[in-house]
Amino acid sequence: MKALLGIFGFVIFAPLAGGILCGLDRIVTARMQGRYGPPVLQSFYDVLKLFQKQNLVVNRFHGYFLFCFLIFLIISGSILYAGDDFLMVVFALTVADMFLVMAAYSTNSPYSFIGAQRELLQMLAVEPMLLITGIGFYLAAGSFDIGHIVSVGKPLIFKMPGIFFGLVYVLTIKIRKSPFDLSTSHHAHQEIVKGLTTEFAGPTLALVEIAHWYETILMLSFVFLFFASQPVVGILLAILIYFIEIIIDNTNARVKWQFTLKSSWIVTLLFGGINLFILYILK
Amino acid sequence: MSFLKKSPWIIHYDGSSCNGCDIEVLACLTPMYDVERFGIINIGNPKHADVLIITGAVNSQNASVIKTIYHQMGDPKVVLAVGICAASGNFFRDCYNIKGGVDTVIPVDIYVPGCAARPEAIIDGVVAVLKLLEEKTKK
Repeated sequence: MKALLGIFGFVIFAPLAGGILCGLDRIVTARMQGRYGPPVLQSFYDVLKLFQKQNLVVNRFHGYFLFCFLIFLIISGSILYAGDDFLMVVFALTVADMFLVMAAYSTNSPYSFIGAQRELLQMLAVEPMLLITGIGFYLAAGSFDIGHIVSVGKPLIFKMPGIFFGLVYVLTIKIRKSPFDLSTSHHAHQEIVKGLTTEFAGPTLALVEIAHWYETILMLSFVFLFFASQPVVGILLAILIYFIEIIIDNTNARVKWQFTLKSSWIVTLLFGGINLFILYILK
Repeated sequence: MSFLKKSPWIIHYDGSSCNGCDIEVLACLTPMYDVERFGIINIGNPKHADVLIITGAVNSQNASVIKTIYHQMGDPKVVLAVGICAASGNFFRDCYNIKGGVDTVIPVDIYVPGCAARPEAIIDGVVAVLKLLEEKTKK
């Protein structure tokens, strides 16, 4: 029953919270640039507008692929909020991303191709850290089970600060913020930076937007898991981390993919790997 | 209810403009005017855009480009001709390579006068476009 409630809560409230968070992101970004910024609900207006637009379909499969992308993201989040296996969450997330890449490849556009290739590189950069996070939870809490991880008395951040740093590092890639927004950028950028989404129009682009809301909330939930024993502190810190991501987004220029891959693997190995090693010895 | 009014996304194409109007279009995005207040974004991708802003007159080389951009945009869409050159070709209209205003190639919905068109006039034009977008959505 509790698991069902968790899934229901995620499916309903994640897009609402994600949308408002994206709206706040745009306001904060505008204020940092000395502008006033759009209303908080702007992301919802954008998506509702996209549903009213004509659906320009390049390939008859791309809509289905994007729908699968959204569905698998929801499944991934549902597994997390049902308190099930952490590894399954990571794997479902990978499957979701694969569908996004396939959708981009199906459109036969050079911009989409570059975006899709960069998305694959980003997955390559992110996946090891997500898996190390899972293994870290197992060593620190004694189980991959999220229900068990949440019920551990002390915040897990004290046992795995290195893994936490590594996760926050790859979080920038995952929520598509500068300097790592290679495959597609969330803010209004042009041409090649729009990458993956270049050929998606109208309702199909709206699906990508909604998926982005789910993804943001899912990634911030990973951050929350480190402070799960203190829920209020956890939520506040997750919001703080998002704020830090906005600052990083606004103060950094986009880097090359080589740097993205190398730096994220170095951080993964150094912080994640060493933290994991210490956890293993202390166990 | 039409949500197009709340989030018109713009693509800006420079015909054979002298860059005067281009700079004014971009000035709308700066902190001074900040059109993102109204949800307006310069998206730069015809498939995502709702409003096509063209500055400068149309010449024989870019006529096909303008047509392509126009046809790549999904309905409902509107075209905004910014500046006197985009409206009629201005004093370039007798040049051997100039076809005239934007309306010689694609249908134009709103004309914004001026040389160069002031940002206030451009914002005024976009507001007029919003009303038109709502009417087009109802159809």
